[in-house]
This record gives sequence, C-alpha cells and structure tokens, in this order.
Amino acid sequence: MTYAAKNLTTDGRELIAFRVGDQEFCVNVMSVREIRGWTPATAMPHAPSYMLGIINLRGAVLPIIDLSARLGMKPAEPTVRHVIIVAQVKSQVVGLLVDAVSDILTITDDKIQPTPDVISSEFERSFARGVLAIEGRLICLIELESVFPQEEREAA
Amino acid sequence: MDMNEIKEIFFQECEEQLAELESGLLKLNDGDRDPETVNAVFRAVHSIKGGAGAFGLDDLVSFAHVFETTLDCVRSNRLDPGPEVLKVMLKSADVLADLTNAARDGGSVDEARSRQLIKELEALANGEVPQASAVAEPVAPVSKAAPVAVAPVVNDEGFQPVAFSFDDFETDEPASMEMPTYEIVFKPKSDLYAKGNDATLLLRDLSRLGEMSIHCDMDTLPSLDRLSPETAYFSWKVSLKTDKGEDAIRTVFEFAEWDCDLDVSLVSGETAPVGEELPMQPVPFDLSILDDEPVGPIGVIEEEEQLAAQQEIRNAAVAAAGTASNVLQMAQSAARAPAEKSAGAAASAAAQSAAAQQAAASAATPTIRVDLDRVDRLINLVGELVINQAMLSQSVVENDANGTSSINMGLEELQQLTREIQDSVMAIRAQPVKPVFQRMSRIVREIADMTGKSVRLITEGENTEVDKTVIDKLAEPLTHMIRNAVDHGLETPEKRLAAGKSAEGTVRLTAKHRSGRIVIELADDGAGINREKVRQKAIDNDLIAADANLSDEEIDNLIFHAGFSTADKISDISGRGVGMDVVKRSIQALGGRINISSKPGHGSVFTMSLPLTLAVLDGMVVTVANQTLVVPLTAIVETLQPEAAAIHSFGSNQRLISIRNSFCPLVDVGRILNFRASQANPVEGVALLVESEGGGQRALMVDAIQGQRQVVIKSLEANYTHVPGIAAATILGDGRVALILDVDTIVAASRGQSLKPEMSLAAAG
Repeated sequence: MTYAAKNLTTDGRELIAFRVGDQEFCVNVMSVREIRGWTPATAMPHAPSYMLGIINLRGAVLPIIDLSARLGMKPAEPTVRHVIIVAQVKSQVVGLLVDAVSDILTITDDKIQPTPDVISSEFERSFARGVLAIEGRLICLIELESVFPQEEREAA
Repeated sequence: MDMNEIKEIFFQECEEQLAELESGLLKLNDGDRDPETVNAVFRAVHSIKGGAGAFGLDDLVSFAHVFETTLDCVRSNRLDPGPEVLKVMLKSADVLADLTNAARDGGSVDEARSRQLIKELEALANGEVPQASAVAEPVAPVSKAAPVAVAPVVNDEGFQPVAFSFDDFETDEPASMEMPTYEIVFKPKSDLYAKGNDATLLLRDLSRLGEMSIHCDMDTLPSLDRLSPETAYFSWKVSLKTDKGEDAIRTVFEFAEWDCDLDVSLVSGETAPVGEELPMQPVPFDLSILDDEPVGPIGVIEEEEQLAAQQEIRNAAVAAAGTASNVLQMAQSAARAPAEKSAGAAASAAAQSAAAQQAAASAATPTIRVDLDRVDRLINLVGELVINQAMLSQSVVENDANGTSSINMGLEELQQLTREIQDSVMAIRAQPVKPVFQRMSRIVREIADMTGKSVRLITEGENTEVDKTVIDKLAEPLTHMIRNAVDHGLETPEKRLAAGKSAEGTVRLTAKHRSGRIVIELADDGAGINREKVRQKAIDNDLIAADANLSDEEIDNLIFHAGFSTADKISDISGRGVGMDVVKRSIQALGGRINISSKPGHGSVFTMSLPLTLAVLDGMVVTVANQTLVVPLTAIVETLQPEAAAIHSFGSNQRLISIRNSFCPLVDVGRILNFRASQANPVEGVALLVESEGGGQRALMVDAIQGQRQVVIKSLEANYTHVPGIAAATILGDGRVALILDVDTIVAASRGQSLKPEMSLAAAG
C-alpha cells in the first residue's frame, strides 16, 4: 500500500500493458497478482456474457472475465495462446482474459493524457482513466474497479 | 492484554471447569467414591470462585462459595453424596453455569431458583440430609449413626490419628473433629512484592477460610534513614480457626510460597489420640513404600514404582477412612511397617508423591488455544496441496507411459504424505462431542423435573470426534430430540410401573464412527410410537389418504412431517407445532440423515448419521448440457431411468413423471440453470428423485450420472458472487471446477419462484 502510494505521488508508476483485439490497454502493475495461460473455464449459470466462467487457481475459485467483451468489443474465442491476468480488485481476485501481455511501462503521471472525447459511450468513458502515447502506440489506461464494479456483479 | 481479554480467558476456563464439575458430579452419581473425583469437583468450584472474585462477579462468588462449602462437607466425609444430595448439587452446577453465562453475556438468571438452591446447599452443609438417605455408606464413619451437623462430634473414633495424617497427602480430611486452630507465620520476601503479589490480598483470602486474628510483626523495620523502599520488613502472625485443613491454607499461598517464609502449624483442636490406639500411629505414614525406595530426589524414583506407591497411599487412605473393620487390616500393615521409620520422613515422601501426582495430572494433555481462522487457512492450503498432487500424478501418468520411473515411486510417497497431512489437519478441527452431550444431561434433568418423570441419561462414546462446525450445529436438533424423548417418549413413573418397567426411564445417547461418518443414536425405553395415533393424525392433517397402506416404518417416519406432534396436550417443553420436521431439516442442512425405529412398549431409537466435517460433501457427479455438476447425496432419495410411458405433459410446459402411481413434477436442471434453451428429452437422461425443504418431492433431470465422490467445498462468494441455484463449487480430480447444486433453490425455481433469470439474461444480452 505504501509502496503503491509512493509510486503515485513521486514520478514513477509501473503499468502492465496488454493487447485485446487490435487495441492496447494497461493497468497498474500493483493490482496484478500473476499472469497465467488459459485453461478451460466452467460455465456459470445466469452469468453475463462477458463472464467466461470459473477456473481453479491453486484451490481457489477464480472467475474469468472476457475483457474484450467487457470493453464492448467482440467476444474473444479463447485459445491456448490467450493469457489470463490475475488481478486483485478490492478484496476479490479475478482473472482477465486478454490476447497477450506486451510490455511493462514505467511512466510519470504527466505522461497520462486525458481521455479524448471521441469515446462516446458513457460506459467506456467510465473505465478509461486516460491514454498514453508510447513509441507511437496508443495505450489506454483502464481502472479495474470500474471494469468489475461491485454492484453490477451482485445484480448479476 | 487488556482486562476484557483476561476476562474472556477466565470465562473459557470457567467452561472447562464447569464441564469438569458436571462430569465429576455425574461420576459421583454413578457411585464413584474416589476422593480424587470429589477433589476435582471441589477444585472446579473453587477455581471459578477464585476467578470470579478477581473480576468482582459477586453473584457468582457468593453462590460458588456456598456450593464450595457444601462440597467441602462431602470432601471431609461429613456429608454423604447420596442421590438426593447429588440432585441438589447437579442443579447447583446448572445454576453456576447460568450465573457464569449471565456474567459473561449480561442477562439475568432465575434468582428465586438460585436462592432456593443456596438454601438447600446450606441445609446440606448443616447436615440436614434430605429424605432418609441415612443408608450407611461404607465410607461413613461407624460412630456416625445419624446425620451430624457441621459442628463436629466429639472425636472418639479409634482411627482418628489415622485420618488426620492423611491431610498431608491431600486425600481426605478427618471425618470429624473440633475446628482446629492453626498458627501461620507469614514472612514475605521482597521478591513477593516484586512479582506483583500483595500480602493484603493473601491475608484477605486467608480470612475467608475461617475465624482469624492477625498480628503484624514490625520488629525488623529499621529507622527511616536506613529503610530501603524495596525490602520487605513486615511479617504476620496469623491465628486461624478453620475446618478446611492445612492444605486450604497452603493453597492461599500457592503462588507466593517461593517468595516467602511460610510456617503453618496446628496449635489446637486436635484431640490427642486415644491411648490404646497409639500403636496405630505409624500406619498411615509408612506403608511399605519406605522400604522400597529411598526418600531422595524424586527424579531418581522409577515412575512405575512411584505410581505404585501412590496407589498404595491412596488405598491406605480409603482404607483409613473406612470402617472400624479396617483397623484390623491396618494393624497388619503396621506390623509390616518398620516402627522406627520417622513419621516426618514418611509425610514428606507422601507429600512429594502427591505433588508429583498432581503435576502428572496437569501435564497429561497440554493444549494450546489457536485461532480458528489459522486452522482454516491451514486446512485450505492442505486442500490445495491435495488437488495439486492429484493433478501432478495425472500429468506424470499421461507423460510417462511405462510407469517405471522413480518419479512414479516418489509421487506415490508424496500422495501418502499428503493424505496423512490432510487427515491430521482435519483432526485439528475435530472435537469430541462431549460438551454437547454434557449439555444434554442438563436438559434431561430440567425436563424430567418439569414433567415429573424420573429419567436417567446414559451417554456413550462422548469422546467420538467430529468437526467443530458439526458440533456447533448439533446442539439444537439434539436438544429438541431429547426433549421429545423425555416428554413424549417416556411414560410417567406410574405408567411405567404398570407396564412392568422400572419407574426410572432411560435415555441413551450414543456416538460412534461408522464408515467415515458419525452416527448418533438416541434411544429411550419409553412407550414407543403409537402408530394408530400417528396414522390418525396424518389422516386428519391430509398427509396420507385414509385408506393408505403404510408399513410400520413409513408410519414412524411420518412424525418428520411438518406440524406433527402427538402429545395429547401441548406442553411448553415440546409440541409447539415445530416438531421433528425442524429436526430433520437441520440434520439435512448438515448433510446428515435421520431415521427412527420404534418398538411399541419398548421405546424408540432415533439414528442420525452426519458427515465428519462440513468442508467435504458426498456428492453425485452428474452431467448436464456438457457441464459437470455435483448434487449433494443427502438430497437424493433415489435415481431412476424414466420410461417414455411414465412421462406425462401437464399444462403449457410442465411435465410429470409417474413413480409408483404418484405423480412427481420433472425439473430440467439444464433449463433452470439456463445451460440450454429447450427442454431435454427426459427419456435420454436420468431422473434424480430429490426431497426439498418444502417437503415435496421433485424429479431432477440430468443427462448422465458420472459417479459418486467426496468433494471439497469451495466458496464461490469469495471471488465471485452468490449464484442462485448453486450452493458452492468444488475442484475435481482433473483440476476443473464443478458447481454444486443447491437443490432447494432449484426446486423452488421450478415452482415458478424466480431464479432471477430475466435479469441475468438482460445483463447477458
């Protein structure tokens, strides 16, 4: 906690960048617990379509979210080449299915540019925290807590 | 550590002491006259009193004090613990437990009851034995023809000196004597104060033992300029008149004795031994122990020898307290004993072995208190280890076709080790059912009192161990059943006598392990189930048709239906309409089953079979729409392969299956869980006949049964959220997650109560 806080206030902050479809996103590395390969998930009844199901993470039950579908893109068709980012969101641990992890970035806060208002959907704006321009690529910084908000999951 | 934590520890210890107290009293009730049992009972009350005093719990202290006084009479053989006396004492133990609970949780106690008991206890202490229980117990001194008051009879017993001597090794106190006066010289060293003890408190404790006068010796006090503030200068000379014996006095200084000079001597009250008995004097002191072993450092004495020696002392003690006929025996042992052995040496040897004995008793089962969370975490980790090991084995088998490599052997060893670790970790949570059983004995007593029946509770297998969560949830249904057994099962004494049985009814509570489950049996020797009455009632309540042809067993099991009570009048003990159906439901919630068998005129037996732990569950692994699901085995009544002719359509989309001439709604699990869009063809699947909380039966349709397996329950809520229709998840041997069905919600959903599918579908869309 103190480490994360320090990262935010001083100049450095580490982000993990990954590819979903043809876009790049990143999240704070502090919330990522591990990265593992895709294993088939057990489907959950009455779950939202972006909820791929649950897998066994060393004895614990881990729900897997198709980040592509969650972000409003076309649903992923998971293959062995897909990657699950195991992330801590508040007190829970969730798995995010992404196409590949591309990079670990160390950036300063001033590198984060405000989200361009071309993003029309209220929903998409809610989890985009800003964009980064790294070596000519556009990387969107997303807030995990809004990707996986408590209330919505309880309703589901 | 703050005061509340200390208090919490005190209450935890109280619970242990109360359990000890009750089991001791019950032992006495069964005719055990071992002085050690009496002492254990006395110690339990004494410790509660002591602790309560430290926390200023006055109600508890005053009750415990009266109780203790009465127990002391038993300990010193002035009161014979006959059935009537023990009845009062058991009740007192109940009140003591109530007072302890009230002190912990607030709340009130039945004051009238505790006052009544205080009176009864005091009456006992004063020698007013209830009823004519003057049946001379062998322990009672011969001269004690009639019950005597606390004010002791003038000592004229031949074996008086014998009895006195036993004080030294803490067995029994003399049968009757004048209130002796002790002179105690207490000189604290400065260490005593340094360790936080306080002479005032010790002296105050001492004053509780009896009448006392204190003289403070200040002679050593130097003049002010030479006074060192950390040195102890005072000593006290106390003259104490008490009947509690030297041991009680020494107990007061128990924690201070290393840091003070303590001298306790008896100055009066002991009548000199009657002349002609003088030759008896060496008897108790010696016995042959002194021949066998040197009075040396206790460490060099072989343990067995020591035990034997203690046993001998104990025997002698019992013998000494015995009747005059024993005098002869003693004379014989006196003849064996070398006369020149000094009495003092003998006493010290005895004291040493008594101390060793006490140490051994307290060191018997060292325990630690551990946070349940920590144990659970360990259990979780081991569960993961087991799954991991299984997966590893599987992948090795897949990759190593010949199966000859040393890896395989290593894996096998690993497998055994993990099993063993799992078993021992599970054993940490396992607790004996004893505390629950002990609670039951109290309930039996109370209900027996209320109904005017005479009941004896026999418990067996109370050391049978089962997971703590199961124990916690067992008390309620068991209480209910015990109440039923006493209230409905057993007859009144008159009816029992008329039926040729003993007036006292027996309720037998048994626990045992059987094929990986714990089986608890509750048997009464009452009238058994009145099948005619049950049947009539079931017909009246429309539970069965008037002309239904039921087997005896089926009739017996009707009592598990909702709203079934056959007692003629509704009492406040049982029969409030919440009956055995509630019991059955709570047993089922624990993953258990309950059964009854009854013999008219001979009583009924309830048999409960429960899982040893709630962390694992026996389940049937089934396939539904290509998904693997687990159905709790306890919910399943039977499985059947539906035939096309047995399936009947009903209404718009309902289907019924006919089972032995009754119709049961078919529930397609895959449809309810939204795993498939349209209903499956029942003929291609398997129907699981389940019984739900609501009482009705349903046939759950699944595609196929894979097998039966014990599965470890994993929470879905921890990382996800509650899913309607799903109780939990589990991890199968191949590492995949499988969902455990919540049969009750599935059945409820099939009745039209929403499983919230519309909302989820909207979210999914």
